[in-house]
Amino acid sequence: MSFINYLSREINCKLVYYGPGLCGKTTNLQYIYNKTAPEAKGKMISLATEQERTLFFDFLPLSLGEIRGFRTRFHLYTVPGQVFYDASRKLILKGVDGVIFVADSQIERTEANIESIENLRLNLQEQGYSLDKLPYVIQYNKRDLPSAAPLEELRGLLNPSNVPEFEAIAAKGDGVFDTLKAVAKLVLTELRKGGGA
Amino acid sequence: MNHPQMVMYEEEFTQIQAIVDRLVKEANAKVVFIVDKNGQLIAASGDIENIDTTSLASLTAGNIAATGGMAKLLKENEFATQFHEGEKANIHIQLVGNRVILVVIFDARSSLGLVRLRVRKASEDLNHVFESLLKKVEGPGADAPFAEITDEDIDNLFND
Repeated sequence: MSFINYLSREINCKLVYYGPGLCGKTTNLQYIYNKTAPEAKGKMISLATEQERTLFFDFLPLSLGEIRGFRTRFHLYTVPGQVFYDASRKLILKGVDGVIFVADSQIERTEANIESIENLRLNLQEQGYSLDKLPYVIQYNKRDLPSAAPLEELRGLLNPSNVPEFEAIAAKGDGVFDTLKAVAKLVLTELRKGGGA
Repeated sequence: MNHPQMVMYEEEFTQIQAIVDRLVKEANAKVVFIVDKNGQLIAASGDIENIDTTSLASLTAGNIAATGGMAKLLKENEFATQFHEGEKANIHIQLVGNRVILVVIFDARSSLGLVRLRVRKASEDLNHVFESLLKKVEGPGADAPFAEITDEDIDNLFND
């Protein structure tokens, strides 16, 4: 649910990075944070365990520039990927405008990817959203690892509806901004339709 | 399964800001702010120069969401009020009309009793404003404000 403020002339949108544990959601946000000019970003917040695993969420506010006199601001969130944090994941999806699914390309994470994407669909449904209608892109992360599955195989398993997809090496930043831009564009296009539905 | 956009117009914003400004004075508060349940900051007043309101807004919403999750598990409707006591600063969080969150930060110059009292009145006032705002947004003639955005506008945003 985007928030349009006519007085301060701002559009605020919420993007959520979803995916299995250790797939690189927080790494995406960290890279974006490190590469964004100070005036365009707020503080990055990570609610993590002592082992630096996401406990509740990461949060990064970004300002993208103006569109027709309105400042566009995106609030980026990650969910905790570990299976047992499902209650928290549901909460973070509330009011979402766009979703990035970060898949872990390693063959041994195939099952975790499928489980997580099914969990995403289900949790969205519970909130009254449909993954098929929401602005949604997929990122295949960790493409540089030796055990990365072929792209075709991942695509067949995770992207049957052919949404925009990107290969990435989030730790080096490859594909991170392409993914973000793609979903931001979809969200703004949805807004044009009078969206939010 | 409709998720209407939150839209803020000048008329309602002015009313909300007035309520928030008044609450700062009447409750002897340091900072008062209003956040929607998704973590977007709606209005703020008081000593906001020295405080990261964006981060606080997102954490407050996360906090309310987590508390709401606990309430659900206990078959409660909601826990509408939260209070956190620190050594110097205290924070009072109130869910208003299950729609927005009213946050009051105060120190020893005020007291929990006073804050509670003033928050109660401010919540009622805020509820009225948000009800009328909601009617306006859902009512006929509510425009799709970005219908005229072009692909070019969107592309330009990313050409830097």
